[in-house]
Amino acid sequence: MTLVDATQDYRSSVRAWLTAHAPGPAAGLTPDEQLRRAREFQAALYAAGYAGITWPTEVGGQGLGTAEQQVFSEEAAEFELPTYPFIIGMGMCGPTIVDLGTPEQKQRSLPKLLRGEEIWCQLFSEPGAGSDVASLQTRAVRDEDGWVVNGQKVWTTNAQWADYGALLARTDPDRPKHAGLTMFIVDMRDPGVTVRPLKDMSGRAPFNEVYFDDVRIPEDAVIGEVNRGWQAAVTMLGHERVSIGATRRPRSNPLEFASLVELARHEGVAAEPTQRERLAELYAHERALELFNARMRQEAAAGNPPGARGSVAKLAGALLLRRAIETASELGGADAVAWDPDDARAAELALGINSAPASSIAGGTNEVQRNIIGERILGLPKEPQVDRDLPFRELKIGTQRQGGVG
Amino acid sequence: MKLVLEPEQQELRSTVRKFLADRSPSAKVREAMASDRGYDARVWNQMAGLGVLGLVVPDELGGAGAGQVERAVVLEELGRVLTPSPFLASAVLATDALLALDDDAARTELLPRLATGELVGTVAVAEGGAGWDRQGGATTATARRGSWELAGTKTLVLTGDTADLVLVYARTPDGPGWFAVDADASGLTRRALTGLDPTRRLARLTFDATPARALASADPAAALDLVADLAAVALAAEQVGGLQRAMELTVDYAKVRVQFGRLIGSYQAVKHGCADMYSAWEHAVSVLRYAAWVADHDRAELPLAAALAQTYIGPAYFAAATGTVQYHGGVGYTWEHDAHLYYKRAKSSELLFGGPALHRTRLADRLGV
Ligand SMILES: Cc1cc2nc3c(=O)[nH]c(=O)nc-3n(C[C@H](O)[C@H](O)[C@H](O)COP(=O)(O)OP(=O)(O)OC[C@H]3O[C@@H](n4cnc5c(N)ncnc54)[C@H](O)[C@@H]3O)c2cc1C
Ligand SMILES: Cc1cc2nc3c(=O)[nH]c(=O)nc-3n(C[C@H](O)[C@H](O)[C@H](O)COP(=O)(O)OP(=O)(O)OC[C@H]3O[C@@H](n4cnc5c(N)ncnc54)[C@H](O)[C@@H]3O)c2cc1C
Repeated sequence: MTLVDATQDYRSSVRAWLTAHAPGPAAGLTPDEQLRRAREFQAALYAAGYAGITWPTEVGGQGLGTAEQQVFSEEAAEFELPTYPFIIGMGMCGPTIVDLGTPEQKQRSLPKLLRGEEIWCQLFSEPGAGSDVASLQTRAVRDEDGWVVNGQKVWTTNAQWADYGALLARTDPDRPKHAGLTMFIVDMRDPGVTVRPLKDMSGRAPFNEVYFDDVRIPEDAVIGEVNRGWQAAVTMLGHERVSIGATRRPRSNPLEFASLVELARHEGVAAEPTQRERLAELYAHERALELFNARMRQEAAAGNPPGARGSVAKLAGALLLRRAIETASELGGADAVAWDPDDARAAELALGINSAPASSIAGGTNEVQRNIIGERILGLPKEPQVDRDLPFRELKIGTQRQGGVG
Repeated sequence: MKLVLEPEQQELRSTVRKFLADRSPSAKVREAMASDRGYDARVWNQMAGLGVLGLVVPDELGGAGAGQVERAVVLEELGRVLTPSPFLASAVLATDALLALDDDAARTELLPRLATGELVGTVAVAEGGAGWDRQGGATTATARRGSWELAGTKTLVLTGDTADLVLVYARTPDGPGWFAVDADASGLTRRALTGLDPTRRLARLTFDATPARALASADPAAALDLVADLAAVALAAEQVGGLQRAMELTVDYAKVRVQFGRLIGSYQAVKHGCADMYSAWEHAVSVLRYAAWVADHDRAELPLAAALAQTYIGPAYFAAATGTVQYHGGVGYTWEHDAHLYYKRAKSSELLFGGPALHRTRLADRLGV
């Protein structure tokens, strides 16, 4: 059997399985019911051999390649799958533990992640440290049999459900900022952890503020090495880019070309020359990004991993969304301004418009992606850096006049 | 669908790149563009020697029996260095037209000569206005005593001032048709136009009772559509090569030019501009590989892919070339620097086969919007 046949076989089985097992629409379910459904679906994925496709078999993964992962992502885009609670665990924390975890950490955490028994979150950003996450101030101080953590994280997606988090904290403020960080596994059920939902601009609360108040962490919860947390963070951010890049937007996305054509018909403007051109241009950008992602996957399958080029896809995805809301609002016209409370279509459009900014900020802002492309791909000179080599305690952080901790 | 080049295709690229670096550096490009002919005939003959003129022509007709993907690789390289050449006219338009028509005699007689470069061909369809008229425009072909005569005016004919063979799309009482006209035919007047892009020669041809040979075709308009779509893909390949080079020139300059005590590439205004060029190039390459693959393997999807290629890539190239001039500052605005040649090529190419609005409209048509 050739490689192409094998991939084709895999595709047919994925499609058949998803068709049989993808749950129906979530509308009308309570949040608790949705979460339960998500856990059941993740367990079913695992049982069927579609969880952790590229993870090693020793930890319960499938030990397959990016080609299979790609096929699965493509097929999954045809459905509205309830995988949202597991995106961070499966896409970022899990793969980082696969790369850097101890055998005990892998055995302890990965099978439960795969089976949908545990939800994870990523505890990096702080009020004073977002793009410049290495300037974070949450402290982890040694005590006899481990560490004690104090500080605050913010915009933490899924922390409201999380059992565990990958925490980045400062373990040595006397070193330059990148050299004094450590990554830990933190138990989110610890009494010293407080999670407060944070409403986003769309009115929902998908992220949180997280406070650590004398939270004790055992010695064996360090991911990688003490004071090498920056390297662990870079590993995780690499997985984050891949995970964002590999996520196919579901076909039913209201800001996708096909949905906007429908919107144009619904509004009776599909034959207007300007709107037709607008739609064609949107299609061109959407398709170009799909083709770029497909090309990167083919290169990866041939042994050339995308590396920093993931930033091109991340940036393009965010810009595409801006273009899409521009088109959608032109098509929607008055219906995008005000609507009957029971008009689901208009509400969905408004939600699209109001949640679009997230993709230009979360996972690294557009400006940061452009810096990465300019510096790491094109080799352009960095800006003069004022804070790279100074001890962390001497730095100014966030909106503070004077920074540093303890 | 393959979006990555095979090793042989990459080899073809490096062969052509080396050849052009040697035979067509900037100084030679400028010499050629200022010459009467508008291109260097020696470089043309040497390209024929490399075997790249007949890449899409079957072996038995004297070609290489390769495909659109390979031809796109060559066009990318030509577009990178802006080599003035009849390639687009002869190895793309005229070659594709003969392959699309059903005239075996003309094919056997002409394609081998186009593939060796001894004959330079072109196609005459446009009459001004947007796009190509499927009816044949206002140019008429009339049958007289068993042969044909053309009357009318065609414009934007690539290499039209010097080509040996012109394939003309004209109307007859029974619908449109294709006709072959020799350069020295009576009643043919050729006027070289002054182009926005000095590296590309265009001409206006006037036919006045000009004798022509009718070319057999089961469906002349369908052949025209195919020629137009393949030309859109070929042009896109040139544009991708030019975009890439325009980006490289800019990035290289940003790494050596110091102002206000810093390399200008360290300023985000410049750095982010370069990042946007890079992003555009990555997307453009991906669209091109897809369109070229489709041209070889999936003719049903070609109309969509061709419209997509021009919709995305044409404006992206011009945006990048604008940045090339901009980020070079005053130097970029001088005649001596090559930035303006990319700027002019990009703008002229964006409009050559109908402007962006036409391509977007066509794309909408083909998407069923
Ligand atoms: C929906 C959403 C979900 C999130 N989920 C998580 C999560 O699960 N876990 C987590 O740890 N974090 C999460 N974040 C936080 C996210 O990573 C940060 O918001 C992001 O990195 C930007 O940091 P910031 O908000 O502090 O903005 P800042 O870094 O303060 O940026 C403010 C502005 O300055 C610009 N800027 C900053 N530095 C530069 C520079 N060097 N060059 C040019 N411009 C610059 C930025 O581009 C931005 O426009 C989430 C954010 C959002 C919006
Ligand atoms: C048509 C024309 C007429 C002119 N006439 C005159 C004249 O009569 N007399 C005269 O003295 N000069 C004249 N000039 C020169 C003109 O003032 C300079 O070209 C201009 O100031 C830019 O300087 P530069 O060419 O050295 O480019 P650079 O300063 O090298 O700039 C290169 C690129 O880097 C960018 N850049 C530079 N510094 C920064 C920064 N700090 N932040 C962000 N980006 C930066 C620029 O915006 C530009 O994109 C003329 C130029 C032109 C094009």
